[in-house]
Amino acid sequence: MTIESDAAPPPHIPERVRTALGLSPSGPHYAFYRHKGLVRAAHWINALCLAILLMSGLNIFNAHTALYWGKSSQFDHPILMLGSYYNDDGAVTRGVTTIFGHPFTTTGLLGASKEDGALTGRGFPSWATLPGPNWLAMARQWHFAFAWLLVINALVFFIYGIWSRHFARDLAPTRQDIAHLPREIVDHARLKFPHGEEARHYNALQKLAYCLVIFILGPLIVLTGLTMSPTMDSAFPVLLEIFGGRQSARTIHFLCAFGFFGFFIVHIVMVILSGSWNNLRSMITGWYVIRGRKPS
Amino acid sequence: MTDRRGFLGRALAGASTLLLGGCYDLSQAPWFVGALGKVEDLTHSAQSLFAGPQTLAPEFTKADIAPVFRANGTLDPGTPEYAGHVSSGFKNWRVSVTGLVAHPLSLSMDDLRRMPTRTQITRHDCVEGWSCIGEWTGPQLSRILAAAAPKPEARYAVFYCADPMTAEGDPSHFYYESLELSEAMHPQTILAYQMNGKPLAVPHGAPVRLRAERQLGYKQPKYVQRIDLVTDFSTIQGGKGGYWEDLGYTWYGGI
Repeated sequence: MTIESDAAPPPHIPERVRTALGLSPSGPHYAFYRHKGLVRAAHWINALCLAILLMSGLNIFNAHTALYWGKSSQFDHPILMLGSYYNDDGAVTRGVTTIFGHPFTTTGLLGASKEDGALTGRGFPSWATLPGPNWLAMARQWHFAFAWLLVINALVFFIYGIWSRHFARDLAPTRQDIAHLPREIVDHARLKFPHGEEARHYNALQKLAYCLVIFILGPLIVLTGLTMSPTMDSAFPVLLEIFGGRQSARTIHFLCAFGFFGFFIVHIVMVILSGSWNNLRSMITGWYVIRGRKPS
Repeated sequence: MTDRRGFLGRALAGASTLLLGGCYDLSQAPWFVGALGKVEDLTHSAQSLFAGPQTLAPEFTKADIAPVFRANGTLDPGTPEYAGHVSSGFKNWRVSVTGLVAHPLSLSMDDLRRMPTRTQITRHDCVEGWSCIGEWTGPQLSRILAAAAPKPEARYAVFYCADPMTAEGDPSHFYYESLELSEAMHPQTILAYQMNGKPLAVPHGAPVRLRAERQLGYKQPKYVQRIDLVTDFSTIQGGKGGYWEDLGYTWYGGI
């Protein structure tokens, strides 16, 4: 007796595509518990905080769209300035970004952008700032609230990372990592990512990127933020010496923010290219699928 | 390619509009604004814990003084009364100390000039983000308050100023600010009548302005006429303790 089935066979998805999408491979594979609960929670709280801090920070910046170096503002010599030009009728015609005295036309994005349909003079555009309209009082309150959450989250993560040896075991680059670095850079440039057993550990580039963000950018952005507070300057004047003054601290704070933004972009691209769903699932449920047989 | 980029741009902008719309609504929801107020209290407590009542704001050298010190907010009160004071050289200007004090005071500019002064070169930090360094001279507010003898229930010093901020006839007509008493008694909190060795100019608050060096600029009112000691400020004007506070800025201005 023969049974005929009308059901179509499962669609054949090439292995390369399956891997890129992060689907389970058709061959042997097993799930591996990659991220502990606390790390996952800290990751998503961080993601929320950084998004809100960046956007509310841009709104705060819009209250004075220039950066300086030193103790105070040398208004004639900004490092960076976002400005706009007006015509005789008072309408905004052009947005200009000036970096070290060199002007660039950035109409539509920086200096002047559309707000309610009309070109308006403002540093960063309303779609990038939180709240949307220029609203310094409210943006500051969002910024400080989520700065607290970020710092508390970071403290919990640091204590956990040291206590559980997560930092020492998973993040600290080894001698081997450094030796493999050149090859890894080439592999990453070719979008060739570690698979199988190798994917159980962070590779050297990942370790360096995470260490840079966690141990350098993070503390730097918190400390430069505190340096902008006149009361904190009275409690810890050494902050001003470290960063070369309040306006330098403000500039470093801004650069760190864009450092975080750059990390975010690279991070998202890497997550997508190296197996979107597998990566995303592992940061939600903890489980990451590895190709090959489970080592005994 | 351009189309695809345009689409991506629009998609991103669309997503951010949705997110921002939500944040904008939250910014107007009473429960959320209330929660943000709790964060302000937390920041205030934490900073007070680190700074205490006596830590000094950094002081600078004459070489650091800004060639052009930016004036912000009111640049000239512009009222006939104030214009009269300017033309008479502030001969009749009085700074009174009222409210919860044993000895109310009414001081002329000469009275202030006869007092021992403090001169300090400090950094002025505007809430907008810029800073200017200037030299300020005037009597410590702590001396004036000591002479007035605050009653034990006095918690805040409320400063009333001569610069009108809203349309005439509006009850909340003039600039006002408040500091907690410990900040008012801080050694660097002075009633400055000189800036960079010269009498205070009109854009900077002539004849006398407050300097509270651990606070942002809006906490340091210009054109000061009256200092009122109170237990709480919830019944004064908008009830939030200052002109900018009534418009949504935090009362705590140390950050």
